[in-house]
Parts: sequence; C-alpha cells; structure tokens
Amino acid sequence: MSSETIKEPYAGHKTIEKNVALLGVLAFGAVIVGGVVEIAPLFWIDNTIEKVAGVRPYTPLEQAGRDIYVREGCYACHSQMIRPFRDEVERYGHYSLAAESMYDHPFQWGSKRTGPDLARVGLKYSDEWHVQHLKNPQSVVPESVMPQYAFLADRDLKGSDPSADLTALSRVGVPYTKTDIEKAAEDLKIQADPMADATDLQKRYPKAQVRDFDGNPDRLTEMDALVAYLQVLGTMVDTTSAAAQEELSKVKGR
Amino acid sequence: MHEGGNELMESLVSRAGLWFVALLLAIFMFANAVDTGFAIHMAVFGLAALAGLVISLTKSNYKVLATSGAPPPDQSRYDDDLVRSGVILTTFWGCVGFLVGLYIALQLAFPALNLGLEYTTFGRLRPLHTSAVIFAFGGTALITTSFYIVQRTCRARLALPGLARFVFWGYQLFIVLAATGYLLGVTQSKEYAEPEWYVDLWLTLVWVAYLAVFVLTIMKRKEPHIYVANWFFLSFIITVALLHLVNNATVPVSLFGSKSYPVWAGVQGALVQWWYGHNAVGFFLTAGFLAMMYYFVPKQAERPVYSYRLSILHFWSLIFLYIWAGPHHLHYTALPDWAQTLGMVFSVMLWMPSWGGMINGLMTLNGAWDKVRTDPIIRMMVLSLAFYGMSTFEGPMMSIKSVNSLSHYTDWTIGHVHSGALGWNGMITFAALYYLTPRLWNRTRMYSQRMINWHFWLATLGIVFYASAMWVTGIMEGLMWREYGADGYLVNSFAETVAAKFPMYLLRAFGGVLYLSGALIMAFNVWQTIAGNLRQEQPLRQAAYDPNADRPLVAAPAE
Repeated sequence: MSSETIKEPYAGHKTIEKNVALLGVLAFGAVIVGGVVEIAPLFWIDNTIEKVAGVRPYTPLEQAGRDIYVREGCYACHSQMIRPFRDEVERYGHYSLAAESMYDHPFQWGSKRTGPDLARVGLKYSDEWHVQHLKNPQSVVPESVMPQYAFLADRDLKGSDPSADLTALSRVGVPYTKTDIEKAAEDLKIQADPMADATDLQKRYPKAQVRDFDGNPDRLTEMDALVAYLQVLGTMVDTTSAAAQEELSKVKGR
Repeated sequence: MHEGGNELMESLVSRAGLWFVALLLAIFMFANAVDTGFAIHMAVFGLAALAGLVISLTKSNYKVLATSGAPPPDQSRYDDDLVRSGVILTTFWGCVGFLVGLYIALQLAFPALNLGLEYTTFGRLRPLHTSAVIFAFGGTALITTSFYIVQRTCRARLALPGLARFVFWGYQLFIVLAATGYLLGVTQSKEYAEPEWYVDLWLTLVWVAYLAVFVLTIMKRKEPHIYVANWFFLSFIITVALLHLVNNATVPVSLFGSKSYPVWAGVQGALVQWWYGHNAVGFFLTAGFLAMMYYFVPKQAERPVYSYRLSILHFWSLIFLYIWAGPHHLHYTALPDWAQTLGMVFSVMLWMPSWGGMINGLMTLNGAWDKVRTDPIIRMMVLSLAFYGMSTFEGPMMSIKSVNSLSHYTDWTIGHVHSGALGWNGMITFAALYYLTPRLWNRTRMYSQRMINWHFWLATLGIVFYASAMWVTGIMEGLMWREYGADGYLVNSFAETVAAKFPMYLLRAFGGVLYLSGALIMAFNVWQTIAGNLRQEQPLRQAAYDPNADRPLVAAPAE
C-alpha cells in the first residue's frame, strides 16, 4: 500500500501550520465567537435589567464612600449579590436585582464570602455599630477575621474633586444632571452635616440619608463616606412592603 | 563612516530620544499629579525611562560606530540573555508570591496580622498575592520560556532583539507598578484586573511589542512547520490582548490622577469581568502553560509528543470552548439565566479538550515511564499533568449549577484554584526552571538532584494539605450557611461559620509553609547551579545488581 492512496488525516491543517498569519487569524476567530454571543445581547435584550422604581445614582458622599470600598479591596471578602435561595433571602434579604447595580462602576458583586454579603446591609445596623465595627471588628464580633480600619476615622475626606468624579461617571453613562455635577462638592458636605439644609439634595437624590455618620460632626472623614455608602446599600428599591413584594413578583428578568 | 554605522547611529539616537521623551513626560505627569499614588508611579516611570536612556547611551559601542558597521550578532547562536534573567526573576517572583500568600493565609486565621496599617490589610495584600503569582511568577515564566522555546522550535534567533528587551523589562516594570499600586490603594477592584488605567496602557504597549517579537521570530523560522507549543503561545498572546483591552475600558477622572471609572457597570460589567477572569485562567494559565508542557515534557522524556492529531483537536476545541465558560462564575446571580446555562454547558464540554492536553502530555511518557522513578524533573511534570487533569475535572463539576449553589462564595473555590495553580502551573514551571538552568549556564546538571526531590515532595504534600483543608472548609461552610433546624430557622449565624473554619485555616497555612519551603530550596539550588557548584551526593537510585533476581517469573502450580 503506497502512502499516496491513503489521505493523510488533518492534511489541511498543514497549511495553517505553515502560515503564522493564518494561524493567528483563525485562532482570533475561534476565541471571538463565544464572547460576542454571550456578552453583546446583554446590551440590547430589554429584560436583562428589570424596570423597578427607586434606583438612583449615588450621592457624591455615597460615591466617595464607594471609592474607598473599591480602594480597600473589600470585594476580596464581601459579596454584594444575594442569590435566590431560601437561606440567603432569609439571611440577607430579597435576592439582588440587576437594576440595583446598574450604576455601579465597577460592579462589586464579589466572588467570595469570607465575610457576609453586603448587598442589603444598609439600615440594618446603626452608624455607631458600623463605626465601631470598622475601627475594631473584633470588639463587636469576636469571631471576625476582618482587618481594622481605624485609620478611616482619622483621615479627612479629600481625594479627588467630587465634580470631576461625577463628570467621569456621567461619561460612562450614569445620569447625573448638570446641577448634580456643579453642586457635587456642596452636596458632599451637606449630606454629612445635620445642620445644613438638605431639601435640594434630597429632591435630586430621593431618600438620601442626611446626618453625621462617623460620630464626629467637626470633621468630614473617610469614615463618614464609607458608612454613608454602607447605609444606602440595598435600600433604594423597596423590597419589604406588601405592595412592593407583589410588584416584584411580577418583574420580568433573568 | 560606513552606511551600517550610520544606520546604527541613527537607531541609537532615536532610541535614546524616545527614552528622553518618556523621561520628560514622566516628569511632567509627576509635577501635575493630583494624588500621591500617581506621583509615586510617575517617579517610578521616570526612573525606568532614565535607566533606559542610560543603557541605550552606554551600551553602544562607539568605537565600532565611528569606524564601520557593528558586526551583526552571531546568527548561529540563540539569544538567551533574557531567558537567563527570566529564570532568576521567575524564581524570585515565585518565592515572593508564595510568601505573601502564606502571610494572607495566616491573616485569615489571626486577624491581628493585619497590623492595623492601611498598607497591610488583607484587602490590599490579597491582590498583591494573586498578581504576584499569576502575573509576576506565571507571566515572567511565560515570557521567558516562550523566548526560549520559539527560538529552538523555529531554529532562528529572536527577532527584534531590542524590542524583546523592551518587552521583558517593560513587563517587569508593569509588575512593580501593579504591586506598589495595590499597597497604596491604587486599584480598580476588578478581580485579576486590578491595575489602574495608566498601568493598563503600559501593559498594552508591552503586549503589542511581545506579539511583534513572537510573530516575527516565527516568520524567521528555518523549520517548515510551526511547532504545537507556538500555536498555544500565539493564541495566548492574542487572546490576552483582546481580554485586557475590553475588560479594562475605563474613563480616568483626571489625566494626572490614578482614579478611573470602568465603562462597564452592573450586570454587563460582571459578565465582561468574568469573561476576562475565566479566560485569564484559560489562556494565561492554561494555553500558555500547555505550550511549556508541549516543549519541556517531550524534551525531558526524550520522546516525541504522543499524538499529533490529538494536539490539533484539543488545541482548536480548547481555545474555542474556553471563551464561553465565563458565566459559570455568576451562577444564580442577576445575570440572565440563558447566559448562565450557556456558560455551564460549555464549561462541562471543556472537560474533554482539557483532558486531551493531559492525555497528550502523559502519554508522551510512553516508553519512558521508568524515568518517573529516577528523574525528579519528570516526576514533577507527571504530577503537574495529573493536577491539570484533576482541576479540569473539578472545574466543570463546580460549574454545574446545583454544585455551584453550594460551592460558590466558599473556600472550595479557593481550594480549586490552588490545586490548579500550585499543582499544574507551579509544578510545570519548576520543572521548566530545572530543565533550563543547567543548559543556560552550561552546567552538566543542577547543583543537587536530591534537592529537586525534596522540592517535589514538599510541594506535593503542601498541595495536599492546602486542597484538602479547603475542600473541607468550603463544603462545611456552604452546608452551614444553608442549615435549617427542625424549628424552621437558620441554625448558624455567619460569625459561627467563620469560627468553625479556624482549624482548617491553620492546616492550609501549614500546606503553604511546605510549598514555600520547597520553592526556597529551589531558589538555593538554582543559585548554586548558576554559581557553578555541584553538590557531591549519592545518586537518587542505586539498586545493587542481584543476579538471583535477574530471571523470569514462572507461575508455580498450587500445592
């Protein structure tokens, strides 16, 4: 039997193996398909993000707190994504909706629960508890393995210019108005000052909580911002009232 | 002056000029920096540019330039300078990454080790650990071995040697920027894509240069065919570029500041991130390391690759299927169900091409299995392939939604990635380093074979402690979270589940101690080999010849 009579298997592949451009293009073609098919539809299928009332962009103070949450890498131990299981819903609250993180740049769903989920931690504990817990977690939860973040209380909230932050966020699609951006620095201070007039702030950011968060009204610290962020988590969409429960059961998504 | 000299002079001037412009840019950015992290990073950039400038000015041979064209590099020899630096740096980054890993493992057992300082919290050190092992240890190993392998398998000297140096040292600069950034709190907090926008831009530049060097070397080849290892390297380089660019699309708050906001948010952000994250595993830690396997295993075993057909089949199916698997990181989240299910189905299918690679590697040892007994490097390769097989079975299993409902968010995931990273990536890299060191420094063998054997057993035991502790922890906490009492209430508070993990965290840290000690022994062994020492030691095997045993076995009838 001569070798010519049998067609060598994968003979066509020889062409690819001899041409690096062809190999590169075909490999690129092979890897691009999956991503396109899975990711692209998320941008145009309507029910990817449910239409629910209440989700609004973060106030400048909450956003500053979120930036601290991001800076400290809290995602390494805390998720912000409650799965629709009985135990999780009972432990943490209504399962997370896609709409609730639609203004989260970057998303912080996390992948590990060394500590508990934080998607609905807002208004579950007092500000005092949060401050004490952040300063020394073991003083309120002896079993905790969380690092101590006492330095947040000693540091003025400076960081970048709040207007610049909001401008960058509006460039990536968060619907801040011109007024929001112009008044960002002012809003930041007003929200942590119980003496200030916050009517305008609360009109533009419904349900925004206005008070001194860190127990030290003389200073605006990073602790103020982080606690303000933690206290708003999961509170924008009403998931607890009977009417809201009925509404949510009809929400189409997933 | 001859024409060649002229050209050289011009290229010297333009190269030095580029570094000078980079230096000025860094000084300008430094002067305008709006935050400390950015200022420190621009200072690092400036120092790197200064180093580049000094090197390009001093390393040139002016005498040669002035008289005639410099002699072209000897094309009959491979360009291994970078590979030598790479072997040393891979060893170094490995030890650093493992040490930080051990430290953060201990932090989870003893939170006082966070020291109350912002720079040493778990939140900042954890990305330092993951990036140090994946990008510093793994990435340097990949660039180093790819430069070694592509030259041998193409039988050609590295193309664009100047650019290759830029790739290698530019990548090291990326590592330094990323690592210092984490400590300073400069991070996007996107898992495995933490570096900020300007570090990402720098990596993009380095990566494009990497692609150019790699492809042009292949085009210079004296062999008609492109060897299978290079298919994997090429797909790794191309895909990582694609993932990196899409996932890191971001809008900086200021051009003079470190902070930026990613373009993607919420559910889309999550899927883009895990499309990236999973394929960092698929292409960085799998395709790239398979390329290493396809070169070093046949070389060390002195056997050809088992099956050519299998390599074709598993290469194309692996790269096609891997990219779909990302959504299995988002089971039962707010990601639409159809995407989750699609991700699960493709993840399960991925089992087959993964095992194709393992089979092709293991079967390459056909006819050389005796070497497992005598050659500790082969033993490392076999163990590495075995762990590759195990973790690519465990992965698809964990991506099944009902299994994932238990395993997600728990330490089981941590155990899974470490059986892959310590077992597969670590072991194949150690084997490659042991293969490369004596050859690159012209030694007859490593300083000590027995130390390789010690390293093998320490690493193996370390992985066993690590993975089993994490399986127990993960399954335990998953079950505790969902445990209901007869009264219909949840049994455990979250804090109780944390407390229950303490003993296993100690066992995990002990595994880490073993693994790190093995790596330190390797560092010593590599250092001594480079220094030119040979340890006088008993060979690993010396069974005395027994003429009485040297006869066929004959079945004896039962009495």
